[in-house]
Amino acid sequence: MKQRYLPMTEKDRSEMLTTIGVDTVEELFSEIPSEVRFEGEMNLPAPMAESNLVRHMRKLAGKNVSTDTHASFLGAGVYDHHIPSVVGHVISRSEFYTAYTPYQPEISQGELQAIFEFQTMIAELTGMDVANSSMYDGPTALAEAANLASGVTKRKQILISRAVHPEAREILATSSHGLGLEVVEIPYENGITDVKALSEAVSSETAAVIVQSPNFFGHLEDLDAIATLTHANKGLFVVSSNPISLGMLKPPGKFGADIVVGDAQPLGIPASYGGPHCGYFATTKALMRRIPGRIVGETVDEEGNRGFVLTLQAREQHIRRDKATSNICSNQALNALAASVYVSSMGKEGMQEVARQNFHKAHYAKQELSKIDGVEVVFTTPFYNEFVICISKPISEINHKLLQYGIIGGYELEVAYPELANHMLIAVTEERTKEDIATLCRALEELLV
Amino acid sequence: MNAHKSLIFELSRTGRIAHSLPVLDVPEVEELPKEYMRVEAAELPEVSELDLMRHYTELSRRNHGVDNGFYPLGSCTMKYNPKVHEDVARLSGFAKIHPYQSVETVQGALQLLYELQNDLAEITGMDGVTLQSAAGAQGEWTGLMMIKAYHQSQGEGQRNKVIVPDSAHGTNPASATVAGFETITIPSNDKGLVDVAALKEVLGEDTAALMLTNPNTLGLFEEEIVEIANLVHQAGGLLYYDGANANAILGIARPGDMGFDVVHLNLHKTFTTPHGGGGPGAGPVGVKKELVPFLPKPLAAKREDGTYYLESDLPNSIGRVKGFYGNFGILVRAFAYIRTMGAEGLRQVSENAVLNANYMKARLKDYYELPFDQACKHEFVLSGNRQKKSGVRTLDIAKRLLDFGVHPPTIYFPLIVEECLMIEPTETESKETLDHFIDTMIQIAKEAEETPEVVQEAPHHTLVKRLDEVLAARKPKLRWTKE
Repeated sequence: MKQRYLPMTEKDRSEMLTTIGVDTVEELFSEIPSEVRFEGEMNLPAPMAESNLVRHMRKLAGKNVSTDTHASFLGAGVYDHHIPSVVGHVISRSEFYTAYTPYQPEISQGELQAIFEFQTMIAELTGMDVANSSMYDGPTALAEAANLASGVTKRKQILISRAVHPEAREILATSSHGLGLEVVEIPYENGITDVKALSEAVSSETAAVIVQSPNFFGHLEDLDAIATLTHANKGLFVVSSNPISLGMLKPPGKFGADIVVGDAQPLGIPASYGGPHCGYFATTKALMRRIPGRIVGETVDEEGNRGFVLTLQAREQHIRRDKATSNICSNQALNALAASVYVSSMGKEGMQEVARQNFHKAHYAKQELSKIDGVEVVFTTPFYNEFVICISKPISEINHKLLQYGIIGGYELEVAYPELANHMLIAVTEERTKEDIATLCRALEELLV
Repeated sequence: MNAHKSLIFELSRTGRIAHSLPVLDVPEVEELPKEYMRVEAAELPEVSELDLMRHYTELSRRNHGVDNGFYPLGSCTMKYNPKVHEDVARLSGFAKIHPYQSVETVQGALQLLYELQNDLAEITGMDGVTLQSAAGAQGEWTGLMMIKAYHQSQGEGQRNKVIVPDSAHGTNPASATVAGFETITIPSNDKGLVDVAALKEVLGEDTAALMLTNPNTLGLFEEEIVEIANLVHQAGGLLYYDGANANAILGIARPGDMGFDVVHLNLHKTFTTPHGGGGPGAGPVGVKKELVPFLPKPLAAKREDGTYYLESDLPNSIGRVKGFYGNFGILVRAFAYIRTMGAEGLRQVSENAVLNANYMKARLKDYYELPFDQACKHEFVLSGNRQKKSGVRTLDIAKRLLDFGVHPPTIYFPLIVEECLMIEPTETESKETLDHFIDTMIQIAKEAEETPEVVQEAPHHTLVKRLDEVLAARKPKLRWTKE
């Protein structure tokens, strides 16, 4: 069968075989031992023409409930923000998306400059000196921060708040097993890290203290107090943060964070059932040469023109091989580009305004929900665009029924926090209208009777 | 276009906007206490929407992708990225679904994941597959963590050595280190293949695994793979298959049938998902049945009633390696590719990839040193040693190719070939494209002899000339700062 992705004609093939000096393509595989040759045909569905493929994919996609049809109050690390039209148009330029890592800077200045601008934006938002070119996702960036802290401090103990995203903690547990790190979890109290418990746990053995702010419950940590405790013990202070919230929140860098990580998904990247997203990693000048992953730096060409290159590569595995401190050799360049276009589109003013709208919508929703019988707002510390309610019925049952109202309900906290049965984490982004919030309130009133 | 291009920050003018936020439609019922508030606004761009589009459009024009021209970057498999995949991945039923939606609301997504797990198991000859790893390097690490868990479950936690050939990708030893293993590097023999005698010497009770790429990074198939697999297994070790070069073997020889226990695939290489300028990719990992219990959780699974769910009840799992279920948007594209090609189409992919590489090798070997003259698979290596004698280095040859609108091959890798050029044409390129590249390479070989300065001073026609990488590393400037 002919294939549109395979251009060789019979004539081409026969000329090429003559040039090679063999009679058949099969001869080119003659050194493969017969006992490992695959005979017959792989058991895969028959090939589809483009029209059939599109129909098939639409059918699969159509079985899913999306934020195009439902108003979502689901956040828990992945947020439904408006993505400006320009984002899709820019990242659809195939000069960007069909390129490899910019190994040849002379013909990759576009990508390199875009990443340099991304690094600047992340540094500005987090209040840090420098940022890398991005990482797989927020949780893996957090695990890399723990690895870096252990390397710098020559200590093995990582203290991490239970109010950090549960999946980030799971990944840290997996990677620590490989690296021989000891991970100790610090409890939360009233929606934020229990600073007293932390002060008892932190010691001269502690490589890093890791918190998230806004944390998994949406609440804001006492970063000042935690920074002081951490630095008094000469550990590194690692903060995971939602970059869109930093349009209005005092950035972790201003609280003395040594490393700030997180996921740029809220910045113009679709939820896509959990990926691909885009981790970011920002740090201080002091730790600049130990950043994992790729970094772009400014330089000049032979004629003195400004240009950009991948730099500080002496850290990387293609040079260091088994001495490398990280095996990461790629980034999420295209999604970092999406985030850059998003931030450029929102701009200095829009980034403040969108954060402010998230804050106010969530607080209005909290006020309205708290008026309902059977709904209790659980924590009283300050929060950003997410908060926790406790209701009188199981969350999975309520979420199932909310679908009938055109609503995707909040995150069922019991899945990751057994002590929080019947607790729902509710995210309210700028995309939720006053009417959506009213619908949620009306639905809960009816369902909780 | 000029060599100089302003940064978007330099285009900013106070007061310009490109956003369109609605007016806040709820009352402001609370204020955030001051100590949590940002005092100074972040220095972010202030541009109009047209400024923004012109800026990024110009940046795109300063970038070379597969759609611009030939990209024979060895071991990177820079094949065509089908456009319909971009469309289907953006369907709202795929792009606008949240990973924590209840399974009843994402049956189509779970079906896709489940079928892709099975398809990749069939293609690699494995018994179970995780789609969670975000990239090849993360796939390697995931596979090694499973190998570690397997040995520990057998009471053989002392197995702490991972063997890699000296031709291996740099990520192999780095991944082994991050997974808590020590690496032993063994030399290649004079045919560019694993030196079986050297392998025998290092195998022992501390062997956790041998990591192999097959075909290897020289583009050569490890003919003695059966004996190698037997030796490693007899010593109690496992075999890891680095799938970076899987484009040569689809439907022809499956890693599972060669004796490999663990395999990762780079969907952004073999399965056409775009490289995106460095990512996102996806690095699924397949394992034989002995290792299935250790797969990361959760896995997509199917109930008897035909519905799909996420299986998290895997008590021996190594745990989670990445957020959620992997790079789903990339998985959608790879799934669409497999559905487009079918079994026969995938076999044709490998046949054509191998044909193209052998054709280029045959036409170029009279002009460049060919260190290993035997049938190659999807890629081959040349050495610039002959040109070096006239003062032209492989780096110069690569830079000269830029003048002809071609992305150079991978250079100086694998490390065991001096002045190495590693060429991978892929199956999606036409004979005319291959001939243009070959003719250009022949011309450069002549220039190297007759007018070496033309090559040494290349590139001549790019927007910027060679960049000072030493300066960039010595005085790092990693961001723009407002003056």
